[in-house]
Amino acid sequence: MADVHLPSTLRPLFADLPRHVDVDAPTVLDAIAELDRRWPGLRDRLCQEGPSLRRHIHVYVDGERGDLATEVPPNARLEVIAAISGG
Amino acid sequence: MPKTVLLVGTRKGLFLLESDDRRDWNLRGPLCESWPIYNAIIDESGTIYAAAASEWLGSSVWRSSDLGETWTQSSEGLNYEGVDGLKLNKISSLATGHGKLYVGAESVGLFESTDEGKTFSLVSTLDGAPGREVWNDPAMQPPGHLGLSAILPYPDSPDHIRVIVQGNSTFDTNDGGKTWEPRNKGLRRDWPPPPNEEVGFCVHKLAPSPDPERWYQQNHVGMWRSDDGGTSWTEITEGLPSEFGFAAAAHPQDRDTFYCIPLDPGHGRTMPDGQAAVWRTRDAGSSWQKLTNGLPDRDAYVGVLRDGMVRDDQDDFGLYFGTSTGQIFASLDEGDSWTELSDYLPPIQSVRVATVA
Repeated sequence: MADVHLPSTLRPLFADLPRHVDVDAPTVLDAIAELDRRWPGLRDRLCQEGPSLRRHIHVYVDGERGDLATEVPPNARLEVIAAISGG
Repeated sequence: MPKTVLLVGTRKGLFLLESDDRRDWNLRGPLCESWPIYNAIIDESGTIYAAAASEWLGSSVWRSSDLGETWTQSSEGLNYEGVDGLKLNKISSLATGHGKLYVGAESVGLFESTDEGKTFSLVSTLDGAPGREVWNDPAMQPPGHLGLSAILPYPDSPDHIRVIVQGNSTFDTNDGGKTWEPRNKGLRRDWPPPPNEEVGFCVHKLAPSPDPERWYQQNHVGMWRSDDGGTSWTEITEGLPSEFGFAAAAHPQDRDTFYCIPLDPGHGRTMPDGQAAVWRTRDAGSSWQKLTNGLPDRDAYVGVLRDGMVRDDQDDFGLYFGTSTGQIFASLDEGDSWTELSDYLPPIQSVRVATVA
């Protein structure tokens, strides 16, 4: 099980969405698909057409910057970050 | 008692101003998690829809059926998956008609929902319309491009819809979005024409009058009037302090009375000479009156965007506008005098109004 950390701005959009979710998925894309299955619509908040990650959404797998194809080893820490930007 | 509700879309969320008498107003907000709101409307049932586009989390339509107490949001189907490499960068316009909710987007596209905003389907990317081949090219777009910046469904048929493609043209479809015809005859431009000279006009705002043949248009270059349903246009800029502006509103009963807010062109795009003013014609553009009573008369470098002015539908109608610096002004005497309803809101992108039971 990977430990997925989600941005706080997602929580008000989906009922009972916690900051940390355990997900069993081989890639970042699969992990997001699993989250979308449990909270319909969540994928749209993180991904755009392609699919690709939205411009200001970054993912890190065990501290390394990744993308949707990045593998997620068992027991990995997958952090989804809304980039610090804007005003 | 019926209540008047102003929906104020800002860069930091939706705000609601509510009043029983249009004199004392109560402000609620920010709503929609403070996402940037490009447009918000209330349909006939009293349901609010807000077109929101977050830089981080993308675009979504927010929906409230209890006047903003609780909200849901959905973007299911609001994308260009598999369509010619297009990306949906933001949603910017909303309209209802014939039981449908319409959403306009950039890249340019028209979506519809037939289940009250739960799911959406793509109606058209205006394929085949003149200009379509270049208007989604980022190199051809100004900053902050809105794409399909306005949707005006006709009451006669669900297949009859008018839209604005920002910086390009007004288009009509009579077949539900399969084909599109430009409606720019008579307009001028201050830049080189594109290969198809029927398009390449910068239409900022269309305002239909109570007479379906009479329309008004604020263009990047000039104020215009149409007497044939918006097919051809006659310039009525003379007498205004600037040919540039965004916002416009037509009188609900008098086809000859119309309001606009001229702005300095160029990069400033604020009201001329730092004096806030709404301009009114009562003779279809032959002459104009400057309306300033109650508005700041100096040091007011404020702008009003294309969806920033609106009127309600009451017999003694109210006229409202919201500024780029967060003020809302209202007039209950056809523009002769103005009152400030709210100050210190975030920059205002749209103002809509409804009377609800």
